[in-house]
Amino acid sequence: MTQLPIVPTDRPPERPSHLLDDFKPTLMNPGAHQLCPGCGEPVAVRALTEAIDGLGLTQRTMCVIGIGCYTAFSSAVDIEMLQALHGRAPSLATGLKRVQPDGIVFTLQGDGDMVNEGLQEVIHAAARAERITCVLLNNGVFGETGGHMTATTVIGQRTKNTLDGRDPAAHGYPILISDIIAGIQGSAFVGRGAVNSAGEVARLGRMFHRALELQAAGAGFTFVEVLTMCPTGWFVDVAEGPGYLKDHLSPVHTIGVLKDVGHGTGA
Amino acid sequence: MTRRLMEGAEAIAQAMVSAGCRFFAGYPMTPFTEVLEGMARLLPKVGGVCINAESELEAVGMAWGAAAGGVRAATGSVGQGLSLMQESLSEACYARVPLVVLNMARGQGDYFQATRGGGHGDYRHIVLAPSDINEAIRVVQLAFHLADEWRNPVTVLGDYYLAHVQEAVDPGPVDFGPLPAKDWALDGSSSGSGRARAVSPLRSDGAERSYGEHLARMGDRVKAMQAGVEPIVETGHTDGAELVVVAYGTPGRYVRYVVSRMRAAGVPVGFVRPVTLWPFPYDAIAAAARDALAIAVYELNTGQMYDDVRLAVRTVPVSFIGGISFDNSGFGIAPDLGVNALTGRIARALDEARRETA
Repeated sequence: MTQLPIVPTDRPPERPSHLLDDFKPTLMNPGAHQLCPGCGEPVAVRALTEAIDGLGLTQRTMCVIGIGCYTAFSSAVDIEMLQALHGRAPSLATGLKRVQPDGIVFTLQGDGDMVNEGLQEVIHAAARAERITCVLLNNGVFGETGGHMTATTVIGQRTKNTLDGRDPAAHGYPILISDIIAGIQGSAFVGRGAVNSAGEVARLGRMFHRALELQAAGAGFTFVEVLTMCPTGWFVDVAEGPGYLKDHLSPVHTIGVLKDVGHGTGA
Repeated sequence: MTRRLMEGAEAIAQAMVSAGCRFFAGYPMTPFTEVLEGMARLLPKVGGVCINAESELEAVGMAWGAAAGGVRAATGSVGQGLSLMQESLSEACYARVPLVVLNMARGQGDYFQATRGGGHGDYRHIVLAPSDINEAIRVVQLAFHLADEWRNPVTVLGDYYLAHVQEAVDPGPVDFGPLPAKDWALDGSSSGSGRARAVSPLRSDGAERSYGEHLARMGDRVKAMQAGVEPIVETGHTDGAELVVVAYGTPGRYVRYVVSRMRAAGVPVGFVRPVTLWPFPYDAIAAAARDALAIAVYELNTGQMYDDVRLAVRTVPVSFIGGISFDNSGFGIAPDLGVNALTGRIARALDEARRETA
């Protein structure tokens, strides 16, 4: 058991006391969302806001946010927000960045938003080498509607409309969006991270850092995909979420840096 | 600027640049294509951006993003492309984005689309329908002013003739007076301040307690626009007119000419030409109908504005003297749109009105 430190009171303290607030991220209110227990999205958004803060880009940054569970962060993150329609964030981000070329513009979208509804938007934005960062929170389900199949749902995954698991004969195959984006000439950085362990969160933070750094340098289109847990939509216990991600999602959507114009390819 | 011979589409593009439009995105489709060509040529010269969007959905999204960044931005298409943009037009009203959207329509089948919309929800936007290039130059610039004044999308409804006819015009800037600063626009500077700005169709200014309250506020804004936007309307020869003909756009220009000719020959007819289609000039049309025997509506469709005219006129009969008229091009070139045919229709409507009231 940890010993609590004994604070001497006969002299001024050697260091300031720590408040709970000191351990909260500066750009988000982690208690303000109403997402489910075990959801990976708050972790991903925290890693993203910490990268923005760490690079000193906060007062230039604008977020174009899609429609999904993560839309809750439009009022819980202290970054200027442009709310897009479902699937349409990359085109709004394009217009915003073109008229605010010194700004840092990123989208925050889920797999239903980006890969189902608005697939051509993100592909064209990458091909045009728009100086924006698109962030995909990929959990392989429509979380907000209650756990339905998306275009990234892995084979065998049970959803409310693939009750016996995704079957290629009936439901086709998942789209590996980062692999597609990496193959487009206009992309400068493509990374696929995850939030299922502390190590992966740290690695994800480095991916965000690199993507934003390259955007600030005007390198081209940058893309970070995050595999996140959705125990509710996966119909597993909260504690099983990280393991489910590791066992089912990451073998298909493989984690690593797929492209970095500064460092060649490969993680 | 001085007057020179210009095609309507080129003049509209030049007028947008004169209005300070610095962002344009579009997807080619005749007769909107030539406006896009004009913007692609003109905007880079003034430090603006024109993007060849990969679809109409992306075109309106890009213009939405640029407008949210505080820059005067526009997009457009023909009615078919506007159909694709309806979701964005509806939500851009709720997000209070000052977006200008051109509908270089084929024919006049898009009146309902323009004034009622095909989008979801309880939204409205201002609609302006010029009938010649000079008027289009003024109206396009007014569209940007009204969009900024009301923080709401504004559409300009044109047609094939407006885009392709040439006239000697001056597309120079028109001053409509001062506007409030765009202190709501996004540039990143308020991030990290604890009060980061947002442009969202889901909330007003953050002070509202619920989505329902936001929608109620948006409803109040519609009422304010309805009351505050003075509709532009041209009336002619209505004094002593037994029949008043209502028409808009290029057909409105034909009606003005035909009615003036008939009046010069002693036939008691007049005309009303709405330029603002939303808010519709109900009062001006009701006033023009006060001393007439009847009202006739001429449109190149099966009768769409006809509904609005019937809402305006409760005192005398309203007849429809238009109809669908397309040649094989499909662009809305109307074989019926001729002085003799129109003179005959107006004369018959006048005869009928006299018979019915005799």
